[in-house]
Amino acid sequence: MAAVHEAQATGWVRIHPLVVRITHWINVLAVLMMVTSGWRIYNASPLFDFTFPNGLTLGGWLAGALQWHFAAMWLLALNGLVYVVYGIASGHFRRKLLPISPRAVLGDVREALRGKLAHDDLAVYNAAQRAAYLALIVALAVLVLSGLAIWKPVQLQELAALMGGYEGARLVHFFAMAIMVTIVVVHVVMVILVPRTFPTMITGRARRVS
Amino acid sequence: MKRLGMARSLADQPAPQIERLERRLFLGRSLSLGALAMLSGCTLSDGESVQKVLWAMSRWNDRAQAWLFDPNKLAPEYPESAITKPFPFNAFYSQDEVPFVPAEGYRLQVGGLVREKKPWTLPELYALPQTTQITRHICVEGWSAIGKWSGVTFRTFLERIGADLTAKYVGFKCADDYYASIDMPTALHPQTQLTFRFGDAILPPQYGFPMKLRIPTKLGFKNPKHIMALFVTNDYPGGYWEDQGYNWFSGS
Repeated sequence: MAAVHEAQATGWVRIHPLVVRITHWINVLAVLMMVTSGWRIYNASPLFDFTFPNGLTLGGWLAGALQWHFAAMWLLALNGLVYVVYGIASGHFRRKLLPISPRAVLGDVREALRGKLAHDDLAVYNAAQRAAYLALIVALAVLVLSGLAIWKPVQLQELAALMGGYEGARLVHFFAMAIMVTIVVVHVVMVILVPRTFPTMITGRARRVS
Repeated sequence: MKRLGMARSLADQPAPQIERLERRLFLGRSLSLGALAMLSGCTLSDGESVQKVLWAMSRWNDRAQAWLFDPNKLAPEYPESAITKPFPFNAFYSQDEVPFVPAEGYRLQVGGLVREKKPWTLPELYALPQTTQITRHICVEGWSAIGKWSGVTFRTFLERIGADLTAKYVGFKCADDYYASIDMPTALHPQTQLTFRFGDAILPPQYGFPMKLRIPTKLGFKNPKHIMALFVTNDYPGGYWEDQGYNWFSGS
């Protein structure tokens, strides 16, 4: 109710809580480091018939990339833990990401592709956004779990076994990365198309739509 | 699926000094991400500080892995049918540079914090109780291969030479100028093996004749080949790859 009063008084609505904004930007940093160093590690022994351009990678060589990857993993995991605990405990996930139905998601995606997606109230995520953000959270969780299985295929062999063992975990890790990067690219494109969403992830507020 | 041997991809890499220079140049570029200030609290232009933070994190990861290491947890073993054929050759040189170690006159030197410093001949080592394992070798590059190795459980050997089992490290010196070291808990793991045989034959030169240390709970580069001497110590001995930036513990 406080937010409503504030909005009526000032014309601004608070749409992103401080914890979400801080963890969002730390996550940006951590994911950038993890993906670019991860591509360098992939290049040392490619799973498929291609490699990532070295210019897009971090670390300079395999050992450097591994140092980055195994340093940034702590930032990614701890920051993710704070975000998930906050999201569940505060009701943020329930409020912002639910309910969600396949039909609503498909409908919104269709609208978006026609360039007509309604996005007036930035405080409410449309169904396509909800699906994308949920999928991103799941992809990151799978990345952390498959990463743990690759890092510790003996100590965490039960976890690795769920993914078909060490080699299976490598594939899971790769495809979860591909899904995550795809979602991030779409996300950044959408921010460019609706630029007024960008400052809200810094200041946390947006002008009320009258 | 494509597999690259360690030998090939490492041979492709430039000399260490150039690598370091490249790394520094690269860091200069990556610093523009504005990322590192948060990680290290250092100034954005200070690449050396970034290196220090990354090395410090690697030491932290040594401790985290030592804490995660369960001395009783066994690496999965596989049936004969799962063995990778041909098993990949890997080293920091190509296969035609594999060192030739004559069996006759060979003596394994034993030193440091041990009671019996008498060198060992191959027949003496072959006479020790032997065990066999079929386990997965995982390279730091990412690829893996399953092989069959036989030899003496390393713990048994350490007990025979009266090693100080409370010491921190066991170090190795190899015929190819490779050097390595491992933590004592891993040295005492039931699957850590001083290996004399690969498959059903004496360890061939390309896989480490006259002996290698097989550690299925560590990455491949922590499995030294062509061992000429080993020593027990409390002073960190480092390693060929570790001194260049690879993580020291590198446990699986």
